[in-house]
Amino acid sequence: MAFDEYQKREFKQVGTRPNRPDGVDKVTGRAMYGADMTLPGMLIGRILRSPHAHAKIKSIDASAALALKGVKAVVTGDDFARPEDDFLRDVQENCMARGKALYDGHAVAAVAAIDAATAKAALKLIKVEYEILPHVTDVDAAMKAGAPIVQEGRTLENVPAGMSGNVTSHSEFGHGDPAAGFAKADKVVERSFKTAATHQGYIEPHAAVASVTTDGKADLWCCTQGHFFVRTLCAGMMGMEASQLRVTPSEIGGGFGGKTTVFIEPVALMLSRKAGRPVKVVMTRDEVFRATGPTVSTSIDVKIGMTKDGRITAGEAYLRYSGGAFPCGTIDMGGQAAFAAYDLEHVRTYGWNVLTNRPKEAAYRAPGAPQAIYAVESVVDELCLALKLDPLDVRLKNAAKKGTKSSYGPTFPDIGLVATLEAAKKHPHYTAPLAEGQARGLSCGFWFNFGGNTCVSLNVNTDGTVGITEGNPDIGGSRASVSLMAAEELGIPYEQIRTIVADTNSLGYNDVTDGSRVTFAVGLATIKAARDAVRKMCLRAAKIWDIDEEAVEWKDGAAVPAGPNAGRFPPMTLAEIAADSFATGGPIAGHHEVNVDGAGVSFGVHLVDVEVDRDTGATKVLRYTIFQDAGKAVHPDYVEGQMQGGAVQGIGWALNEEYIYGRDGRLQNAGFLDYRIPVASDLPPIETVILEIPNPGHPYGVRGVGETPIVPPLAAISNAVSRAIGTRMCELPMSPPRILKAIGTTA
Amino acid sequence: MKKLHVSTTVNGDPAEFVCTPDESLLDALRNRLGLTGAKEGCGTGDCGACSVTVNGRLVCSCLVLAAEAEGAEIATIEGMAEQDRLHPLQRAFIDHAALQCGVCTPGILVAAKSLLAKNPEPTDEEVRYWLAGNLCRCTGYDKIIRAVQSAAAEMRGA
Amino acid sequence: MRYLAAQSVAEATGALAAEAGVTRILSGGTDVLVQLKAGMVEPDLIVDVKKLPGMREIRAEAGGFRVGAAVAGAELGEHAAFCAAWPGVAEGFQLIGSTQVQGRATMAGNLCNASPAADSVPALVAGGVVARIAGPGGERDLPVADIPAGPGKTNLKKGEFITSFFFPARAMGASDAYLRFIPRTEMDIAVSSAAVNLTIGADGKVSAAEVALGAVAPTVVRVPAAAKAIIGTKLDDAALAAMAKACEAACNPIDDKRGTIAFRTHTAGVLACRAARIAHERAGGKA
Repeated sequence: MAFDEYQKREFKQVGTRPNRPDGVDKVTGRAMYGADMTLPGMLIGRILRSPHAHAKIKSIDASAALALKGVKAVVTGDDFARPEDDFLRDVQENCMARGKALYDGHAVAAVAAIDAATAKAALKLIKVEYEILPHVTDVDAAMKAGAPIVQEGRTLENVPAGMSGNVTSHSEFGHGDPAAGFAKADKVVERSFKTAATHQGYIEPHAAVASVTTDGKADLWCCTQGHFFVRTLCAGMMGMEASQLRVTPSEIGGGFGGKTTVFIEPVALMLSRKAGRPVKVVMTRDEVFRATGPTVSTSIDVKIGMTKDGRITAGEAYLRYSGGAFPCGTIDMGGQAAFAAYDLEHVRTYGWNVLTNRPKEAAYRAPGAPQAIYAVESVVDELCLALKLDPLDVRLKNAAKKGTKSSYGPTFPDIGLVATLEAAKKHPHYTAPLAEGQARGLSCGFWFNFGGNTCVSLNVNTDGTVGITEGNPDIGGSRASVSLMAAEELGIPYEQIRTIVADTNSLGYNDVTDGSRVTFAVGLATIKAARDAVRKMCLRAAKIWDIDEEAVEWKDGAAVPAGPNAGRFPPMTLAEIAADSFATGGPIAGHHEVNVDGAGVSFGVHLVDVEVDRDTGATKVLRYTIFQDAGKAVHPDYVEGQMQGGAVQGIGWALNEEYIYGRDGRLQNAGFLDYRIPVASDLPPIETVILEIPNPGHPYGVRGVGETPIVPPLAAISNAVSRAIGTRMCELPMSPPRILKAIGTTA
Repeated sequence: MKKLHVSTTVNGDPAEFVCTPDESLLDALRNRLGLTGAKEGCGTGDCGACSVTVNGRLVCSCLVLAAEAEGAEIATIEGMAEQDRLHPLQRAFIDHAALQCGVCTPGILVAAKSLLAKNPEPTDEEVRYWLAGNLCRCTGYDKIIRAVQSAAAEMRGA
Repeated sequence: MRYLAAQSVAEATGALAAEAGVTRILSGGTDVLVQLKAGMVEPDLIVDVKKLPGMREIRAEAGGFRVGAAVAGAELGEHAAFCAAWPGVAEGFQLIGSTQVQGRATMAGNLCNASPAADSVPALVAGGVVARIAGPGGERDLPVADIPAGPGKTNLKKGEFITSFFFPARAMGASDAYLRFIPRTEMDIAVSSAAVNLTIGADGKVSAAEVALGAVAPTVVRVPAAAKAIIGTKLDDAALAAMAKACEAACNPIDDKRGTIAFRTHTAGVLACRAARIAHERAGGKA
C-alpha cells in the first residue's frame, strides 16, 4: 500500500473537536513561555541598539560598563567568528552589527549583569562612536540611481546591469506572451500599488535562556518556531558541534513566521560563554518592533486584460519588494503566487528584491503572497466594475483547477478553488442586502503549503496508552491534531495519547513550524509512525498466536487474524499486546523520518461588507465570511481558528497596520499603541466555511491551512472600500487620512 | 537603589517581597513571587497580557508600582481555579478553543471574570469593548467572545 | 529613586518642594510608569498621592460636584449622578486607554501629562471646570484651561499638585458631549477631538456654549467663534457649517504618525458638529 497517498475512508476521530492537551496549563497560567524560565545563578542580558538608520560604527568602548559593579560580560560583533556562508553571516550580522549599523534598532553590543537594573545602567555606559551615513527606507527610492547603498556587493548575477546597487536579485515566472494576450482584451487595466511593511505582532516578545559550560556544552531554552534550525544557526555562529548544543523550545506565544530565525539566542549564548553563568535575554516590545519581524514593504505594478464577457486574456506584474537591510528571497514567492488563482494562457511576473535601511525581513504568514495577490485581485475587481460583471462569476470563469498549468510552473492536481468560489456564491452573505454607504468586496487567496523534514516517535506504553514525541513547536493546536491522527490510526481513544514537543537531542532534524506544514507533514509522519508500531504489534500477535505475520491485520485498535486464520483467535487489543510486550520481545515503538513532499496547495475566498464614514475616512468591517479548502479538517476548531486569526491579521494590514519611518530613518511607531493591530471591538464575528477537497499527497487528504487566510483580506477590504467610496484605493494600509484624501475631502 | 519591603495579599494568601522603588507589580509578581501567569507583552498598558485585579479593580500590573501593593489585595490567574475545579471561564476557553498560543489567555480570563462580576449578562459588543485592551493575535477574537458568553450563561444558570 | 506614599498634603508638598532632583506625582500612574519603562524620565522622587484625604472622593458641593484628583475613570463612570450631569466629561475621561487603564487613570494625571490629545481635557475646558491645587504655599484654584502650557508642560509650580476638580452647578437644559477620532475603536490616542458644552434656553435655542478642541494645537484650545456660531440657533445646518468652519480656523496641528494637518483640521470640525448635536439632544433640544 502506498502510505503517502490519500485513501478515502470513514474517520472515527479525525474531524471531531476534543479539548487540546495543553489547554489546562494555558488557562491556569502554568504553561511556561520563553520569559518564564529561570535558572540558578542566572544573569540578565540586555542589548544596545543603534539609534541611527545607517551608520558606520567607528568604535565601541565598553570599559566603563565592564567596570560597573555587577556587570559580568559584554559582547559585540567582534566576539563572533565571521561565517563563510552568506546566509549564516547575514543572520549573525542581523543579531549583532559588524562595522555598520544598517537600521534603527540594529544590535551593536550586549551586556550580562546580575539584574535588569544593572544591565540597563551598563548599556548607558557603553560608548559607541558612529559616523552617520545617508539612509533610504522606501523601496522605490532605494531603486533610484544615486540612492544610498545599504550594503555593497550584494547584487546577484541575474540582476540586469544598470540598476541601483540596492537591487539584490531578480526573478521571472510565467508562460505565454502577455503582449499577444493584451491585444485580445476588450479592456486592459494597469495600476500601481504600494503596501506597507507589517509586523507579525505576536504578543510574546522573544526570550531566551542560555547556559554554556566551560567544557563547551550548552543548553538553550527559547520561544521559537523551530528549535532544530535555532541549533543549526547558533552552533554555526558559536563554532559548536550540533551535538553539544541542546535547544529546548518553550511554549510559544505566537510567531506567524516571525520566530523562524534567531535574534537574541546567539547573543545569550555568547554572553553566557563569556560570563560563565546562565543568561536570560528578553526583548522589550520596542525591540521587537525595531529589530525583528516585519514583512516586506512593496511597490507593485499590475496589468490585466479582460474580454467583455469576463475572460482574462493576459496578466503581468512587476514586483519590487524590500526585505530590509539584507538580501531576501520573499520576492520569489510573491512572483509565483500573484496569479496562482487563475487559469491563464499568458502570464508573466517580474520581481526585484531591494535593500533598504529597515530590519531584516522575517517570514510572515504566506510570505510574499498577500501583497502580490492584493494587487492582482484589485485590478480584477476594477475590471469587473468597468465591464459590469459579477466578481464571483469572473473568478469562476477564470479559476485554476485540476490540470491547469499554474502561473509558476507546476500543473495543479485536485485543488479546491472552484469549490470555495461556488460555496461563496451560494452563501447568503453574497446576496444579503447592503445599506447606503456600504459595499461588499471579495478576493481569492492562495498558498503553496510546505512539507519538509520531519521525525516522529511513538511509544506504546505497557498500560495501553501512547506517548508521541514530535519536534515542531505547537503554535496553534498541533499537539491536539497530531494526537487525533494517531488515535485514528491506532484505534485508541484520543485521551489515551499524549503528544509532546521534544528538544533537539530527542529526535532527528525537524524543519521549522512554517509554511502551514505541521498538520500535513508531522501528521503524515505520525500516521506512518503509528503504522510502524501497528506492524510491530501485528508481529507480536502473530508470535503469540503462532501464525504467519502476514496473516494479521489491524482493525479498530486490535490485531485480528486474517486470511486462512480469520476467526481463529479473538482480536488482541493494543492494550493486551502492550501488556505482554516485555515477554514478546520488549517495548514497542514506532517511528518515522522523512522529507515530506506532496503538500497540496490551499485556496480560499473571503467576502467582506464594509461601511465607510465619508466625513472621517473610518472603515467599519460589518460582516466577514471565509471559505477555504482544508483538504481534511483534522480538528475543525483549530482550522477555523487559523482561518479567523489569519483573516483578522489581514484586516489589520488592510486598514491600519504599517511601519512608519520618519525623515531621520527611525521607526516612529515601535509599540502596540501606534502599531495598531485589531482589537476585539474593531471586529464583527468571523464566519467560516470549511471545504474538504482531499490532498492526494496525504493519507488523510490534509492540506495546510494556516497561511492562506491572511492573503485575501487585503484585496477583499480594498475592493469593498473602493466600491463604497467610488474610487480605487491603491495603497495599504487604507488609513483614514488616506481614505479622506482619496474621496477628495482633504487635499 | 534602596529596596522596599512590601506586605500584600495575593490570591487570598499573605505575601511579602522586597522590590526596588521603580519596579512594576508585574515584575514583582513574576520575579519576586514566581507567579509567571501574568505576561509582559508590552510593558506599557497596551496589550493587557499582565491583567490582574488590585482591590477588585482590573488593572495592567505593568502600570502599577510594586510598592503600591502594600496592604492591597491582588488577584492573578493563578488564583482563578478553586483547588482542582476550574472556573467556568477557564473551562469555556478550553471547550470553545478560545486560545491558540495561549499567551494572552491569562490576561483575558482575568479581564473577563472582572466583566462578568460587574455585568453578568453582557452583549457581544460589551464583551468586545471590555476586552479591547486585551490583544490577541491568534484567534481573531471570535471564539473568545463565544467562550465568554458561554461561561456567562453557565454562571447565570448556576 | 525614592517612593513616598504621602499621608498628608503637607507631607507631599513638603517632600516635592525639598527634592532638588526630578520628581513625579503618582496618582493613576498610567503615564508615569510608561515613561519609567521607556527611560524617558528617571525621577529621584515619586510621591504617591492616592492615599491623601479626599483624593478619591466624589462629593456634592455648591450644587455641583467636587471630584478628587485620584478618582479613576472606572470609579467616576460608576457615579450615576455625576454622569447624568456631565456626560461629556464622563465619556471623555472613560475613553482613555483600556478597561485596565480605566481602573487607574485619573483626570489630574491626564491633564498634567499635558498631551494636546488628552481625552479628558477638552470637556473639562468646555465645562469651565476649576482645579484645586495644593502647594508649599497653600491652596489655590485655577481653571483647567489655564493649566496646560504646551506639550508636556503645565503652569504648576514646583511642589504643586492637583487635589480636586470643581464642577459648577448645572443650569436647566445644560449638557455636554465629547468625541474623538481614532483609527481603531479603542486603545488609540485621539487624532483630533472636540467637546461641546451647551445650554438650551426657554425659547429652545442654544443660550450658552463652549467648544474645545484636542490634538489640533500645542494645547487643548477653546474656540469661542465656534461657540458663537451656534448660540442663538437650534443647531440648523447653517449654524453647524459655520461652527465647523470656525473650528477649522482654530486648528494649528502637526503632521505626524497619527494624522496629517489636513485630516486633523477637517475632522475637528466634523467632530465638533457631531458632539454639538449629541450635547443638544442630551440637553433636551429638538432640531
